[in-house]
Amino acid sequence: MRPMKWWKLYPALGVFLLFLMLPFYWMVLTSIKSRAELLNTPNPFWVFKPTFNHIVHLLTQTQYGEWFLNTLYVSVGATVLSVTVSYFAAYAIVRLRFFGARVLSTAIFLCYIVPPAILFIPLATVLIQLHWFDKLWALIPVYATFLVPFCTWLLIGFMRNIPRELEEAARVDGASHLQIMLGVILPLAAPGLISATIFSFTLSWNEYLYALVYMFSSANKTVSVGLTTELIRGDVFQWGQLMSGALLGTLPVVMVYFFFVEYYVAGMSGALKE
Amino acid sequence: MAVQSATRPALSTWQRTLRTLDTVNVLGPLLAAPATIILLTLLAYPLLLGVWLSLTDSTLGTPGHFIGFHNYLVLFRDPVYRGAAFYSVLYTFGAEIFKMSLGLGLALLLNRKFRGYRIARSIMLLPWVAPTVLSALAWLWLLDPQFSALSWLLQQVGLIHSNIDFLGTKWAARLSLIAVNVWRGIPYFAIGYLAGLQAIPKELLEAASIDGASTWNKFVHVTWPLLIPITTILVSFSSIWTITDFQLIWTMTHGGPVNSTQVFTTLAYQRAITGGSLGQGAAVAISIIPVMLILAWFAVRSTRE
Repeated sequence: MRPMKWWKLYPALGVFLLFLMLPFYWMVLTSIKSRAELLNTPNPFWVFKPTFNHIVHLLTQTQYGEWFLNTLYVSVGATVLSVTVSYFAAYAIVRLRFFGARVLSTAIFLCYIVPPAILFIPLATVLIQLHWFDKLWALIPVYATFLVPFCTWLLIGFMRNIPRELEEAARVDGASHLQIMLGVILPLAAPGLISATIFSFTLSWNEYLYALVYMFSSANKTVSVGLTTELIRGDVFQWGQLMSGALLGTLPVVMVYFFFVEYYVAGMSGALKE
Repeated sequence: MAVQSATRPALSTWQRTLRTLDTVNVLGPLLAAPATIILLTLLAYPLLLGVWLSLTDSTLGTPGHFIGFHNYLVLFRDPVYRGAAFYSVLYTFGAEIFKMSLGLGLALLLNRKFRGYRIARSIMLLPWVAPTVLSALAWLWLLDPQFSALSWLLQQVGLIHSNIDFLGTKWAARLSLIAVNVWRGIPYFAIGYLAGLQAIPKELLEAASIDGASTWNKFVHVTWPLLIPITTILVSFSSIWTITDFQLIWTMTHGGPVNSTQVFTTLAYQRAITGGSLGQGAAVAISIIPVMLILAWFAVRSTRE
């Protein structure tokens, strides 16, 4: 676009990136600082005697490992459930265009706008009635309430652009709609499905409010909830441990993200378009 | 298969069932059913139940009785609720303005070919990708009243002489939370604007250059007008998430000090879960709906265009 000299671009960009990266640098730094260095240091932005004590302590003396596996279990479960169910719904809406498909797609869009903050209180009473309270697996269908609208919406956008000729040709060859859905459209919708999967995984991994309200025994907590409710006791903050936990809890989503960065960006712009 | 069976007059029941199943108006609803059932039972029903709860004196454990608009009347007279409404709006408004302008600034910087473009774009998105509660914890520690590294830095530069109590005093806490929300939201706006900028035909800007337009004039008269639709989309969606934000504020201040950073969501949580008064809490949550509807109307309208 407009020409800009590198010596103007890089400093400006550098300031932005420093600001955006600061908390992550801080997590890494704090998690390898010794207790003494946390309280008294000539320069807080550097570590002089790195130690892994906090990380070892976190993994051996607390339930962090369990919380981590809980988060993984719920995130994978919610992602598989939501992406599958959303693919079926999106296929029915966009490719089958059955009677009522338009109304349904508008209704699903409206569901996307309903935030957990409005739902969590009445949903709590529903979960109590169903005896789902404090059951880890219950978070899987609960997370589907915000993942399904998002994924369906994303997939509708991706699948709308697949040419109709392909399935018409398959119909002429005698294929059923189900065969077309799984054999013809599925491979073509792969980029959309990958985007939906990454987003679902990250959104579930990052969820806080539902897990905070519905899971109360330590054994059923997720990383975010465990760290904020069990490792923060009163005014005593074990910053070394907390930051180690935050760092380890951030890594999975960051790794998934870096692996699929192009799909992530495409998904973000795709979600904006439709 | 379809062609073969059509030539045969007599079909077995099984085949007939299969053929019926394969028609658009039977298979369509069947495929959409799982998603619809999940959303009806765990989203639509709770939403209506929430409206009902807000009209009762339910507590955690007891179903409660219908009390009309009593909860709402109590809330509207409650200074804590009014304070929460005020800060919710301030938080959203303040955060949106900065996210928008800084996001656009970052997008303009990124919208060119340079060494390290892909890396810069990838790491730029991290605040948006990382779990909010975990990055909020890092901010909480960065803004610690005693050991804040930011206070240390400002003292070294000579801007301040003693530590700032970022989260312990009313206005510092309010502004700090807005700043952290801006930190998290910049990438969303930057990516959206980057997509918008890349969709602008190069010829338009070149034509303006040939006519002798300055960089600023090109931005004001060509680029910005073309970015207005995407701005509406970004701002309406981002406002929906910001006004219903819970994680960031709850992790960093719990609505304190003395309710000064209380928002709708944290107040709903405190009234319903901590205080056990489900009806009151539900009323706080339901009272966001009118605001949400206005934002949603903008969101729907902007995505249709």
